[in-house]
Amino acid sequence: MYGWIWRKLPGGTGAKAAWAVVLSAVAVAVLWYAVFPLLEPAVTLDEVTVRR
Amino acid sequence: MRALLRTVGELSVTAGLILMLFCAYLLWGTGAYTQSQQLLLQRELEERNAGRLARIELGEAVALLRIPKLGRGYRYAVVEGVDAEHLKKGPGHDPASAPPGKVGNFVVSGHRTTYAAPFNRLDELERDDEIIVEAREARYTYRVTSQDIVEPDEVEVLAPVPGKPDIRPIRAFITLSTCHPEYSAAQRLIVYGVLKKTELRKE
Repeated sequence: MYGWIWRKLPGGTGAKAAWAVVLSAVAVAVLWYAVFPLLEPAVTLDEVTVRR
Repeated sequence: MRALLRTVGELSVTAGLILMLFCAYLLWGTGAYTQSQQLLLQRELEERNAGRLARIELGEAVALLRIPKLGRGYRYAVVEGVDAEHLKKGPGHDPASAPPGKVGNFVVSGHRTTYAAPFNRLDELERDDEIIVEAREARYTYRVTSQDIVEPDEVEVLAPVPGKPDIRPIRAFITLSTCHPEYSAAQRLIVYGVLKKTELRKE
C-alpha cells in the first residue's frame, strides 16, 4: 500500500519525501481534529459521577 | 499472496499507530478544550462578582474551586451540571445537590485522566486539608474529613448527609467524586469535607 503511494508521488526522492511528510501531517490533523472528537464520547475510561 | 500479506501488515501497523495517537489525544488533546472553556468560565465568575444573585443555569460557572494542597495555582471554575458536555469544561456541580456553603451536600465531580484531569490528584487529599470554594456571595473553606472508594451506583455518598440518606442535614458538607482507579470506570474515588469557615464578600 505505502509502496504504491510512494510510486504515485511526483518528483524525485526529495520531493516524494516532502509529499510524504505533508500527507502524513494532513492525515494526523484530520484524525486529531475531526475523527477523534467524534470517537471520544464512546470511550468511557473516565466516568466520574455516581448515579443509578 | 506476498503483496496481500504486506498490505495486511501495513494496515495493522497503521491501525496501531492511529490507536496510539488516539490515546495521546484522550490524555492531552482533550485538555485544550477544557482550558479554553475554563478561561471563559473564570472570566464569567469575575464579571458576575458584582453581587447579582441570578439563578445559575446549566453550563454556567458556579464558583471557583481552589485546593492549596494540590498547588498554589490550582484553581478550576466549577460548572453547573454533571452531563458529559459539562464535565468537559471542568469540575461539575450536581444540580440536585446543595449550593456551595449551604446546609446539605455540595457535590462536585471531575475528570481524573482526560479533559485537563482536574481531579487527577484527588487521592492525595488527607484529613484537615482545605478545599476552598469561592462563590459569588462568599468564600467557603471546607475541611477534608475522609476519603473513600465506592461502587459507581452508591448514590448514598451524594445524600445531604453523605452516606446517611435518611438523616436531615444541619451542616454544610462537600463531596468530590472522580473515577478510580485511574483510566478506569470500575469504581469512584470520593473525598468528603465539612464547612469550616465562611467569609462573606465585601460589596
